Amino acid sequence: MTTAAVKPASMAQALQRAMRDAMAEDPAVHVLGEDVGALGGVFRVTDGLAKEFGEDRCTDTPLAEAGILGTAVGMAMYGLRPVVEMQFDAFAYPAFEQLISHVARMRNRTRGGMPLPITVRVPYGGGIGGVEHHSDSSEAYYMATPGLHVVAPSTVDDAYGLLRAAIASDDPVVFLEPKRLYWSKAQWSPEAPSVVEPIGRAVVRRPGRSATLITYGPSVPVCMEAAEAAAAEGWDLEVVDLRSLVPFDDETVCASVRRTGRAVVVHESTGFGGPGGEIAARVTERCFHHLEAPVLRVAGFDIPYPPPMLERHHLPGVDRVLDAVARLQWEAGS
Amino acid sequence: MTVQELPGAADAYRPTPPPAWKPRTDPAPLLPDPEPYRVLGTDAAAGADPELLLRLYAQLVRGRRYNVQATALTKQGRLAVYPSSTGQEACEVAAALALEERDWLFPSYRDTLAAVARGLDPVQALTLLRGDWHTGYDPREHRIAPLCTPLATQLPHAVGLAHAARLKGDDVVALAMVGDGGTSEGDFHEALNFAAVWRAPVVFLVQNNGFAISVPLAKQTAAPSLAHKAVGYGMPGRLVDGNDAAAVHEVLGEAVARARRGGGPTLIEAVTYRIDAHTNADDATRYRGESEVETWRAHDPIRLLERELTERGLLDEDGIRAAAEAAETMAADLRERMNADPVLDPMDLFEHVYAEQTSQLREQSAQLRAELDAEGEAR
Ligand SMILES: Cc1ncc(C[n+]2csc(CCOP(=O)(O)OP(=O)(O)O)c2C)c(N)n1
Repeated sequence: MTTAAVKPASMAQALQRAMRDAMAEDPAVHVLGEDVGALGGVFRVTDGLAKEFGEDRCTDTPLAEAGILGTAVGMAMYGLRPVVEMQFDAFAYPAFEQLISHVARMRNRTRGGMPLPITVRVPYGGGIGGVEHHSDSSEAYYMATPGLHVVAPSTVDDAYGLLRAAIASDDPVVFLEPKRLYWSKAQWSPEAPSVVEPIGRAVVRRPGRSATLITYGPSVPVCMEAAEAAAAEGWDLEVVDLRSLVPFDDETVCASVRRTGRAVVVHESTGFGGPGGEIAARVTERCFHHLEAPVLRVAGFDIPYPPPMLERHHLPGVDRVLDAVARLQWEAGS
Repeated sequence: MTVQELPGAADAYRPTPPPAWKPRTDPAPLLPDPEPYRVLGTDAAAGADPELLLRLYAQLVRGRRYNVQATALTKQGRLAVYPSSTGQEACEVAAALALEERDWLFPSYRDTLAAVARGLDPVQALTLLRGDWHTGYDPREHRIAPLCTPLATQLPHAVGLAHAARLKGDDVVALAMVGDGGTSEGDFHEALNFAAVWRAPVVFLVQNNGFAISVPLAKQTAAPSLAHKAVGYGMPGRLVDGNDAAAVHEVLGEAVARARRGGGPTLIEAVTYRIDAHTNADDATRYRGESEVETWRAHDPIRLLERELTERGLLDEDGIRAAAEAAETMAADLRERMNADPVLDPMDLFEHVYAEQTSQLREQSAQLRAELDAEGEAR
């Protein structure tokens, strides 16, 4: 066992390290996108890759998302493993045609003859004071498209491990990077980076007995804080971090809910037609007899993402989670 | 059945010449000049209207001051972000002044100055970037579309609006602004193609300021110039010195007039330079050297026009001071008004999602109301 130095690292650094390690191990891994070269990406996640691996491996593309993802399809058809960066959540939309019509279904169309190992990195979500079009939570669109894996890390460790897994995956992965966690730091050992988790496994971040908070990405720290706050009121909350929305880890989630008998799904994308509806339905279908209360959802409002001065009213915070937890004291007929 | 078995295939195939082909349009008149068009410091300057030059000058000085003030406001946390157009004021101002009141402007996020030069209240123009609402003005009232953040997506809108105006018999022109990077997006291509096919009264102004965030033009396009792109769509391309306010105004004015006459769209590339970083959040030293910036500083749009005007005796020390003072007054007013906290009503979040609020939004607005009331009581 190596006794590697452990030091504070940010999620952005761990993501960068994951790409660097993947590129060093496999010459087929190529990074492309807007400003990923000399600038190192607007969030510096690709910092240094062009210098280390050359501009053919880490490429500043023309400014065209459909072009970036479309050419990645061709690159993957020829045996490369493209990792593309969409600069911000809402700027991935021009690439939807390529994503939905080709990336997601190439394996299926070709009866398995032509899988596309593409990783689409999307900095996503709000809470950073971004102006219009810089804070969307678009996971529901991706989840609704069969053929895509959809992943969202919440910790520095997972950022590394899941991105390595995404790049190694023979299927396309939409890799959602919670922007507001980019600079959150944790003790991390860059010399012996963390385990590479297979995509599709949720993790219990905090064990508890009285209810389960089911969450992912940027809402995980919110739920952890809510669980601490709820402890003072006698609630012992379990927090499940999904890490992967597709595939969905029914096993971990349902095991938790069967233990606790109550569940709240927490995410910042809109509630109506959002991921929480699917999750609540699955939990209800599988755990009905164990439930002491309906599965509740705490989500962003069903509005276009608000301007930064109003976003705190939109984003589900600790108080809204605690309100929902209080409502879990559900009695039939109430 | 193979080719060999085709009836008559045994006889030697005798090709006939292909049907006659010629280009639908003679590309020559569409091609841009190899050198950007210039007025200031050339013989053409003699023909320029002194009154117009003075108007342009006053607006350029005001625009520069606006850029400096808005940048300062980001440092004080009064603006979430500001993409400065310092160095590009000639494009911004000439674009606005080339339009009639009934015309429409379709700006990108960098074009606050064009909107202000068109008469929009400077504070309203900054709402998006301050972050209190997405668009701080009524587009219909000012005939200025919302400042557009997703790149090039406003261009098809401009084409559609211009087309609709023409269908209605109105002689309205739409001016659509985009950066050099934005020309790579699919929407740019689709907009130009529609405009040309429909002969829509649209003028496309590309401000080629050298970079799309960090990516230089050479990595953006292999075209001889961005103006050359026009030819493939069947519209004229024009190349102009974007720091020469008189030249930009003249070229835009001609394109606007041509569009109004029913002559169809034009693509104009204004060659300029982004003196500041992409926004206050960007570190430009990562991708460009100071010497390049210095070269462009020496080709400053304000100094260029100032020299022309002073040499011709149209402007003296007093005039220069008067323009600076007027700009200072504008800046002081902007500073003062931006330093007041905007009064926001969080309930507005639910007001403008649909024409009529849905039941689910009514429910959510009641939830927020209750939260705000509880917050108020706690205070
Ligand atoms: C569709 C889309 N993709 C990416 C972005 C992020 N982005 C904002 S500005 C910018 C560079 C734009 O460069 P250019 O078009 O040359 O305009 P300039 O900023 O130089 O005025 C990028 C990539 C965006 N706004 N929209």
